[in-house]
Amino acid sequence: MMQAFSELLDNLIYTRSRNGKLRLISYYLKQASDPDRGWVLAALTGELDFPTVKASAVRNMAMERVDETLFRLSRDFVGDTAETVALIWPENPENTSQEHLSVGQIVDELAAVSRSEAPKLLANFMDIMGSNERYALLKLATGGMRVGVSARLAKTAFAQAFAMPIEDIEEVWHALSPPYLELFAWGEGRADRPDLTGIPFFRSFMLAHPLEDKKLDMADYVAEWKWDGIRIQIVGTGQETKLFSRGGDDITSAFPDVADAFDAIGVVDGELLVRGEFQGGEAASFNALQQRLGRKKVSAKMRADYPAFVRLYDILFDKETDLRELSWTERRKKLEAFVPKLNPERFDISAILEARDFEHLNEIRDGARDAAIEGVMLKRRDSPYISGRKTGLWYKWKRNPLVADCVMMYAQRGSGKRSSFYSDYTFGCWTDDGELYPVGKAYSGFTNEELKMLDRFVRQNTIKRFGPVREVEKTMVLEVAFDSVHQSKRHKSGLAMRFPRISRIRTDKPAAEADHVKTLQKMIT
Amino acid sequence: MTKETHWIEPHPHGIYVKPADAWIDPARPVSRALVTHGHADHARGGHGKVWATPETLAIMKLRYATADGFAVPYGDGFKLGDVRISYHSAGHVLGSAQILLEYKGERVVATGDYKRRSDPTCAPFEVIPCDIFITEATFGLPVFKHPPTAVEIQKLLWARETNPDRCILVGAYALGKAQRVIGELRQAGYDDPIYLHGALEKMCHLYMQLGVDLGDIRSVMETEKGDMRGQIVMAPPSALNDRWSRRLPEPISAMASGWMRVRQRARQRNVELPLIMSDHADWDELTQTIKDVSPSETWVTHGREEALVHWCALNQMKARALEMVGREEEDD
Repeated sequence: MMQAFSELLDNLIYTRSRNGKLRLISYYLKQASDPDRGWVLAALTGELDFPTVKASAVRNMAMERVDETLFRLSRDFVGDTAETVALIWPENPENTSQEHLSVGQIVDELAAVSRSEAPKLLANFMDIMGSNERYALLKLATGGMRVGVSARLAKTAFAQAFAMPIEDIEEVWHALSPPYLELFAWGEGRADRPDLTGIPFFRSFMLAHPLEDKKLDMADYVAEWKWDGIRIQIVGTGQETKLFSRGGDDITSAFPDVADAFDAIGVVDGELLVRGEFQGGEAASFNALQQRLGRKKVSAKMRADYPAFVRLYDILFDKETDLRELSWTERRKKLEAFVPKLNPERFDISAILEARDFEHLNEIRDGARDAAIEGVMLKRRDSPYISGRKTGLWYKWKRNPLVADCVMMYAQRGSGKRSSFYSDYTFGCWTDDGELYPVGKAYSGFTNEELKMLDRFVRQNTIKRFGPVREVEKTMVLEVAFDSVHQSKRHKSGLAMRFPRISRIRTDKPAAEADHVKTLQKMIT
Repeated sequence: MTKETHWIEPHPHGIYVKPADAWIDPARPVSRALVTHGHADHARGGHGKVWATPETLAIMKLRYATADGFAVPYGDGFKLGDVRISYHSAGHVLGSAQILLEYKGERVVATGDYKRRSDPTCAPFEVIPCDIFITEATFGLPVFKHPPTAVEIQKLLWARETNPDRCILVGAYALGKAQRVIGELRQAGYDDPIYLHGALEKMCHLYMQLGVDLGDIRSVMETEKGDMRGQIVMAPPSALNDRWSRRLPEPISAMASGWMRVRQRARQRNVELPLIMSDHADWDELTQTIKDVSPSETWVTHGREEALVHWCALNQMKARALEMVGREEEDD
């Protein structure tokens, strides 16, 4: 029932501890019935999508009932459109029906509705609900629960509810789809494990922890470059090949050239890269790759201009044989035997870095300024391939970031739990004419205390307002760290930073001494 | 719309009543102050002379070493210069008043803060017809609709009943909200002892002295940890996440505030049990009050004034926002 789901959501919002959240979700999954609980599990894991129901539909629906200015002011204060609409929705005085809608019924209707009918359908539901259910409805319809529950946590809760190992759930997860009736049947012992033979499905990636200050013995660990592309998994069944991104999204259609070229049976893990303007040369930067990502169809020109290839890191299945229990060293041997069977223009193997010891590796890492290199990876030689991030097995050791001193220019309120703070900052650097040009925007890197300080600065130093954006006195210097700088036609400064974040607040520095756009241009890769 | 020449002058730090040479709720020391109620953003120390209700004077005396105070009971009038001044209940906290000013045939009401729904610890809001209505707008956005108080009190009682091994720690503003939560619990028939953080004790005892019955209230300091299992404990909001709460048996942190209506606000405060209870009017009550009072002009002092002024314009009522400083009650 919708009411049980809305109670679950609210309880999750106000429960801080991970164990508390696990208890709430697993209790719900045991108590609720099919298919409601499966749809809720899909919502919590981010697998639910109603393409015809857009955030704009929710907004437009509200506009029909509420004055636009009052809505905008409210949205600004609340920091979340769905919640604003749920709270502001006029109570229907005739709502005495006490009709109890099921999640399944709502999902069915949302899935079937046309884009133009969606606002009306939502409004009809809203009229027979209370404000908490309205909130749950809008979150369900537009996605993004924002209850502090990751997909992993939701699956862990499922595992707990039915006393199963989480690995068993992860293994079959990507081959199943909502409302997961066969998964619940398996969990409750009413059916066997779902049969997945011949289905090309995603297995969760093995991930790395940041190395931070640790030092490792190179006798136990092997090193290779961390390439700056898109981590992908290639699954070939002989009939069909699919490419999956890190989150398990199917990105085959954006890279049909790669999928077509993979004519083997097995599952491999690698980095998708694009060769630069000098075709056949070194891998180009992430920027070039972005040109192809997110496209449903890729033109022939695009394929020619940005030829994609995959640098392979690991092998999970050779034919139907599961290799994940083997050590890295054993898997590497299998991979070295596997790669030569593939088209060399499309697939190569990620080279091992020959480092004498840890200090030597550090030198190698420092020497790398190739745009396609993000840092180095360290993998325990005896590590099996385990989904998720397991301590001590794999580490990533990124290049030291670049930094620049910039001046805060504009600020905007954050969303979610930061909705009452000005937490998104646009900053700029100086031109030769003494003008400030925006060079980037950052909303992370500071502590809560620093956020309060910056928020106060914004409020006390506002010189202009543009809707939710405030322009501030150009006096606050922020040291910004970023991974790289790229050319960009979209910005007046002609450049864009990758992963900018505030590294320090330089209240000690006068704005006039901040960096120049010129300095950043020299860092462009 | 400029009113610079009007006999009432809004300033960022208070409202100046020129012909009386007196300030309403001034934020800095003045020689003659008319104070609506005892909250720190309205009542400050250091004034020469203060006019306020007897209850507000008692509250001010507890908080500051107040100078000369003139007690003005609800309904009584007096004159300063040519201005006739009287105080009328605002329903916000004990002793809270709206101030009616009459001069040359024009009537102006300054509300200070107010609410419309019933409160067992203070007198209800009175509608005073006037020409200029100076209203607050703390919850002046249509997303703010405080649910029925009884519903929120039941939430609190239910949490207590289902957690017999833990205590429910309710964060509430020290003046007004804390006593109201206790009063509402008593009204709902709850008569177990309620345990208080030190910062609330004096004010609760003052309420009792002034005739508001709060039942069996006790000091946390003088109670064994184990005795507070399954009980309700009250503290100022700042103590919710403070080390002070370690002396309590696995507290569930609750907060009684109108801001709890917005989920992410409650999350920011690490609140597990949000209780939407406010001593301010919600959106429907603010707009209903303007309709009830039906002034020829509405001035909005503090809060979300932009939205309320916009609503007045939509309803063809004259209104303006006064730019007042330092009156954000994040803890209400």
